Amino acid sequence: MELTRRQTLLTAAGAAVAAVLPLRGYAAVEESVATFTGGVEPGSGGITLTAPEIAENGNTVPVEVSAPGAVAIAVFALGNPVPPVATFNFGPLAASQSASTRIRLAGTQEVVAVAKMADGSFVADRKEVKVTIGGCGG
Amino acid sequence: MTKKAISLGILALAVGAGSGAYAGPDDDSLVINDELEMVTETAAPAHMEGIDTIYSGWRFRTDETQSLQLDDFDNPAMLTVDQAIDAYSEVDGSENESCASCHGDVESFAGLSAAMPKVKDGNLVTLEDEINNCRSTRMGAEEWKWSGQDMQGMVALIGLQSRGMPVDVAIDGDAAPFWEKGKEIYYTRYGQLELSCASCHEENYGNMIRADHLSQGQINGFPTYRLKQARLISRHNRFRGCIRDTRAHTFAEGSDEFRALELYVLSRSNGLSVETPAVRQ
Amino acid sequence: MADGVKPRVKVPKQASAGDTITIKTLISHKMESGQRKDKEGNVIPRSIINRFVAEFNGETVIDVTLEPAISTNPYFEFEAVVPESGDFTFTWYDDDGDVYTTTKSISVG
Repeated sequence: MELTRRQTLLTAAGAAVAAVLPLRGYAAVEESVATFTGGVEPGSGGITLTAPEIAENGNTVPVEVSAPGAVAIAVFALGNPVPPVATFNFGPLAASQSASTRIRLAGTQEVVAVAKMADGSFVADRKEVKVTIGGCGG
Repeated sequence: MTKKAISLGILALAVGAGSGAYAGPDDDSLVINDELEMVTETAAPAHMEGIDTIYSGWRFRTDETQSLQLDDFDNPAMLTVDQAIDAYSEVDGSENESCASCHGDVESFAGLSAAMPKVKDGNLVTLEDEINNCRSTRMGAEEWKWSGQDMQGMVALIGLQSRGMPVDVAIDGDAAPFWEKGKEIYYTRYGQLELSCASCHEENYGNMIRADHLSQGQINGFPTYRLKQARLISRHNRFRGCIRDTRAHTFAEGSDEFRALELYVLSRSNGLSVETPAVRQ
Repeated sequence: MADGVKPRVKVPKQASAGDTITIKTLISHKMESGQRKDKEGNVIPRSIINRFVAEFNGETVIDVTLEPAISTNPYFEFEAVVPESGDFTFTWYDDDGDVYTTTKSISVG
């Protein structure tokens, strides 16, 4: 099949819509992600977000982000009342564009890491983290 | 809530617990700072009737929670222990004394926490009692609140000196009547839910209570940094939380009931390593 | 929040020139999120550490913006290159204007 320019554009638009769909309904999320990306839709690949599938307590959830060659990585918790979690800006003496921290998740939700690459492009990775509730009083 | 609703609630709990959600302790081994090997599983002490093997609560936690205890730098409890190290040599009160001025190096406390609480002059005393006794009679300083971070930081710092040693509290002689009282509390059903310590931690450890993986309720890692409260939690505070959750009026921190319960529950850890300060969910 | 704030930092004491080293930092801080209410139902105002910077001999390793979703007692782990002997400086910025700083020296031989 031979793609016309128009078809290519449509396909690209479709992919962009598909990529942005999971964020629909979270106006605050879209806004805060857009503040970081300047409205550019992030691609995929080149970034890894590591987070547990199940967190025993949402108060302290270990996460790690890594995006070789990134200038900065921002982390968002889509289900938190305030979605932005942290932004890591890497300086010239960073040996790798990676970092670990511990975060709060208000419940089971998707966590997204977005990296700004040196060429100005953006890539994202996401993980669903199930936050369990305690036994009796917790 | 009507009586019927309550008993239905208990039935649901029992069914939930018995419905094949059992996932016992895992097989991980706890080695702290790559060098200090801890005993997290051993034969139950002879006085225990309902359990053959005792396991540290660490074995019931997820890998992520477990990892927080593997390295002292990663262990958030150590922030409070650091503050206790400073407090240990700070003069406080009217007598111009610090802990260090009498006790010297904190390492001199090695072994103490493995054998506390113990009976002194006919009274069952915990480490909190000893610390406050020093503060009021020797230092002329204000006593600390039982579960305050200054108190629990000091309990943790002193406990850390025994880390890796086997828990070995005496239950005979002078201690026997206190131990018997603690045992009675352990097996008494409290609250609207009519649950005893044993209902969960002896009969149902390994099962899920809602989304929580029930341990044997061992207290060899206390004071413990609990992720839920993000601070050091005392043994009595944890007892209070458990009894409150049975919807009962609970005993107070520092009450004779909880001192006795502390001795009894810790005697169920005899043989496990002191893990203080542990990290739990 | 100036009370009881205590940084802990783990940096190797020695390295070879150009080595990659792992750094861990932990600081005691409540990180009051601004989402919680007190017993009377009043919102407890936000009070967090909002920025953390690690530098080596004046050059940036990492500069982190923290939001209220960072856990109590903020923890960071990251990697740095050490081109020469010198000092790592770690700085935490509190909402209330306080700044906490700690320095670690490393010798490169």
